[in-house]
Amino acid sequence: MAVAEADLAVDRPRLRVNWTPYALILPTLLFLGVFFVYPMAQAVWLSATDPQTGALTWANFRRMSADLYFPQAVRYTLLIIALAVPLQVMLGLAIALLVNTRFRGHAFFLYLTAVPIGISDLAAGLIWLSIFTERGYLNAVLERLDVVQLPLIFLTVERTDWLLGAIVLTEVWRATAIVMIILLAGLQLIAKDYAETASVFGATRWQTLRHVILPLLRPSLQTALIIRTILAFQLFATVVTLAGRQIPVLAGEAYFWYSLYRSPNVASAYAVVILLFSGSITWLYLRFLRADEGRA
Amino acid sequence: MTLRRLGIYSASLLISAWVALPLLLITIAAFSPRDTLYAWPRRFWPEHFTLETLRFFLRFAGVWQSTLNSVLVAMLTIGLAFVIAAPAGYALARFRFRGRDSMQLAILATKMFPATVLSIPLAVAYIRWRLYDTLWGVAIVHTALSIPFVIVIVTSVFVGISYELEEAAMTLGSSRVNAFLRVTLPMAAPGLAAAAIFTFVLSWNEVFAATILTLNNRTLPALIVNSILGAGAPLHFRFAGGFFMIVPALIIIFLIRRYLLTLWGVTVR
Amino acid sequence: MAEIELHQLRKTYGKVVAIQEVSLRIPDGEFLVLLGPSGCGKTTTLRAIAGLEALDRGRILIGGRDVTPLPPGKRGIAMVFQSYAVFPHMRVLDNIVFGLRMRGVDAEERRRRAHEAAELLQIEDLLDRYPAQLSGGQRQRVAVARAIVMRPDVLLMDEPLSNLDALLRLHMRAELKRLHRELRSTTVYVTHDQVEALSLGDRIAVMRDGAVVQCDTPAVIYDAPAHRFVGGFIGSPPMNFLTGRLHRADGQLGVEVGGTAVPLPPSAGAALAAQGSVTIGIRPEHITVLFEAAPVGVPAQVSVLEPIGSHQLLTAQVGSELVKVAVPPEFAVEPGRRVWLRFDPVRLRLMDPATGQAIALAP
Repeated sequence: MAVAEADLAVDRPRLRVNWTPYALILPTLLFLGVFFVYPMAQAVWLSATDPQTGALTWANFRRMSADLYFPQAVRYTLLIIALAVPLQVMLGLAIALLVNTRFRGHAFFLYLTAVPIGISDLAAGLIWLSIFTERGYLNAVLERLDVVQLPLIFLTVERTDWLLGAIVLTEVWRATAIVMIILLAGLQLIAKDYAETASVFGATRWQTLRHVILPLLRPSLQTALIIRTILAFQLFATVVTLAGRQIPVLAGEAYFWYSLYRSPNVASAYAVVILLFSGSITWLYLRFLRADEGRA
Repeated sequence: MTLRRLGIYSASLLISAWVALPLLLITIAAFSPRDTLYAWPRRFWPEHFTLETLRFFLRFAGVWQSTLNSVLVAMLTIGLAFVIAAPAGYALARFRFRGRDSMQLAILATKMFPATVLSIPLAVAYIRWRLYDTLWGVAIVHTALSIPFVIVIVTSVFVGISYELEEAAMTLGSSRVNAFLRVTLPMAAPGLAAAAIFTFVLSWNEVFAATILTLNNRTLPALIVNSILGAGAPLHFRFAGGFFMIVPALIIIFLIRRYLLTLWGVTVR
Repeated sequence: MAEIELHQLRKTYGKVVAIQEVSLRIPDGEFLVLLGPSGCGKTTTLRAIAGLEALDRGRILIGGRDVTPLPPGKRGIAMVFQSYAVFPHMRVLDNIVFGLRMRGVDAEERRRRAHEAAELLQIEDLLDRYPAQLSGGQRQRVAVARAIVMRPDVLLMDEPLSNLDALLRLHMRAELKRLHRELRSTTVYVTHDQVEALSLGDRIAVMRDGAVVQCDTPAVIYDAPAHRFVGGFIGSPPMNFLTGRLHRADGQLGVEVGGTAVPLPPSAGAALAAQGSVTIGIRPEHITVLFEAAPVGVPAQVSVLEPIGSHQLLTAQVGSELVKVAVPPEFAVEPGRRVWLRFDPVRLRLMDPATGQAIALAP
C-alpha cells in the first residue's frame, strides 16, 4: 500500500454549501428588489401621502373617486374585461381544439393565429382604427353593399356601444393568441388515452369535451384567465387610439393624472386601485378554479 | 368529406380570415395614397400603391429619431436582461438548492403584477435619480418586465442540455468553465437567441411605461401615443405608424415561431 | 501503474446514504465490475472515482497518487457515460480528439491516435458524421473511442450497454472484452445486468444499499455467494432458497428439508453448530428430479414446466416454498405429479436465516 493508514484523514467532513447558485441569482433579486418591489411600495406610499407635506392622507383617493371620470373608468374597465376575456377564452379554446385535430394545414393555421403575439395594443388599436374610422374599411364595405350612402361615424361619443364594441373586438383580436397557446400546450399534455377511453365508453365528442377535456384543462384555463385579466386591467393604448378619452379606463386615467394633471399621487392612487382589482380577481380565479386534488 | 371535416375546415378558414384580414388592410392602408384614404366612397384598393404615406410618416417630426430610440432601448434591454437574468436561469436549471422553489414562485409572481403600477412611482424616483427621460430609464423598466420571461426561457434551454455533456468534457480535461463555454454554450445559442429576440419584441411594443417615462427622448410607441393625444396625428400618419410598428415584430416572430411555441410547451407536428 | 484504492468512501445526499463505506483495491489492469440493483451505490462510487461526486469521507488513490482533491481532468481517468454524452454539435472525429485537444496534443498526433481508436472500434468511416446521423450503437462506440484515445490509467464505464438492444448488447460485450485484452487498462464497469458482470469481469463487486457485499471472481461469486442477496441476484434464474434445520445423525452433518435429511459433504466443518434453522441455497442446475422416492430425495409437487429452448425450467413446490429446477429439453412430466428432488451436496450452500450471511462449510 502506497500510503500509510495513519496518513489517511478520512474523517474530515467536507464543506457542503455551494454558494454558486446564490451568487448567480443575486443580480436578479437585487434588480427586481430595486426596480420592482420598491416601485410597488412607492406606489402605495405615493397614493397615501400628501405631495406637499408628506403626511399620510386619504386625499388622493378622495380626489380620485370624486373625479367625473373615475366611476366611468371603473365601469368601463370592468365591462371591457367582462366582455373581452370570456370571448378570448372561448375563441382561444376553439382555435386550440381545431389545431389539435391536426387537420391538413393545421401548422400554418397555428402560426397564423399566433401572429398577434407580436402586435402591441397600440398597433392593434391603429389597425382596427383603419377599419372603424369614418373613412375606414367597414364603411367601405357597407357602401359597396349599398347598406349606406354616407359613411357612418362609429367611433363617436354618441355611440359608446360602438366604441366599447370596437375596443373589445380589438382586444379579442389581439390577445386571443396568447390564450390559445397556453390552452394548446395544456391540451397537448392531456394524453390521448383519456379521449379514446371516453369514446370507447360511448361518449360523443361534445360529452368528451365537457366531461373529460375541460376539467383536465382547468390549470391552463386558470393560468390563461389570470394572465389575460391582469393584462386587461392595464389596457391603455387600444382605448386611446380608438376612443380617446371618451371611454375612460383605469390605466388611461392613471396616465392622464400623471402627465396632464401633473399629480403623481393621484395617478398612484389609480395604480393602487388597479393593483387591488388585479389581486382580488386573481385570488377569485385561484379560489374558484382550483384544480381538484388527486387529479391525474 | 365528412360534415365534421367540413366544419373544421370552414371554422379554420373563417378564423384565419379574421386574423389575417386586418393585417392585410393595414398594409394596404400604409401603401395607399392620402387621397384614397380620405376619399368617399372609400375604395379598398387604391389606384396605385405608393410609398408616400410611409415616407410622410417617417419624415414626420421625431419619428425617425424615436425609431432609433426604440431600437436602442430594445438593445439595452436585451443586454441588461441577459446579464442579470441569464445566470439566474442557469442556476435554476443546474443546481438544486434551498429556496429554489420560492425563487421560481417569485418569478411567476412578477409576471402576475400589473406593470403599469411600476412606471408611475418609478417616474417620480427617476427624477431624483436623474434617469427621467433617458433611454436607460426606459430600458431598466423593460428589463424588469422581461426578466421573468428570460429566466423561464434560459432555464428551459439549459434543462434541455444534459449536464452529462459538461461532465464528459470535464473527464476529458476541461475545466468547469471551459466545459460550459465549449460544450453547453454552443448548444444553448439558438435558444438564447430566441430569448433575445423575444425580449426585443417585448421592448419594441411596450407603450405605457415608455410614454410615462419619456419627454423628449421618446420611443416610437410613446411618440405615436403622444401625437394621437395631442391631436397632431392625421389618419394616414396613424395607419402608416401602425404598419411600421408591426413589421419588425411580425418578421421576428415569424423567424422564431417554432421556438416560441416549443417554449410555451406546444409541440408542432 | 494504475492501481486503484478506495478507502472508506462515504457519500450522502441529505438524509439518503448513497455509499455507506466502500473500500476496494483494484490491481493494475483488472476489469472490475460494480454490480447491483438500482440505488445500490454503484454509479455513485464510479462517479466518485471520476471526481464527479464530492465525497463526505474517504480517499481515492490512483497509481499511488491521492486524487481525492483533484478535478476529473487531472485524475488520469476517462469515462464512458450511460447516455454516451457524445457532443452533438461536433463531428465524430472532433468528439474523439476532444480530450487530446484539451491536453494540447498536436494535430498530427491527434489524428493518428483518433484513427487508431476508430479502427479498434470499427468506426473509421463515421469520422466525418455528426452524432445525430448515427445509430445508438454507433454513438456508443464513439463514446468508447473518445475514452480510450486518451490512453487513460483508468477507464470508467457507466452501464454503457444498457441502452442497446439485446443482440447489439451481446455483440458489444464481446467487443469490450476483446478491447480490454488489447488495452489492458484498469477498468471499472458499472452494470445491473449480472450476465454482463459474469462475462466481462475479472472480479465482481456486488453492492447493495451503499456497501460492497462481496468482491470476488465470477466463479466464486457464482458458486460461493457470501450472502443470500448475492446468490439471489446472480444467475438466471437465481439461486433457490429453502428453509431447513441443521442436525447431526450418525456423526454425519445434514440438513433437514421438507422432512428429508439431506446429507452435507463429509468435509463440512465440525465448526457448524449442529442445531438451528438455516437457509439452504442451491442452484437450479444442481438439482436432479427423481420419479421415485429416495432416501435423500426431498418430496415436491410439480407446478409448471417451461421450455426455455436449450433446456426446461421446472417449478416445483416443496412444502410452501417454490423451487426451480433445470431439466433437459426432452424431460416430460405432468403438473401436479409428485417427484423427489436430489440436491448435489457439494453445491449446497448454507446461510444464516436471520442475517443472510453464508455459513462456511469448510473449516
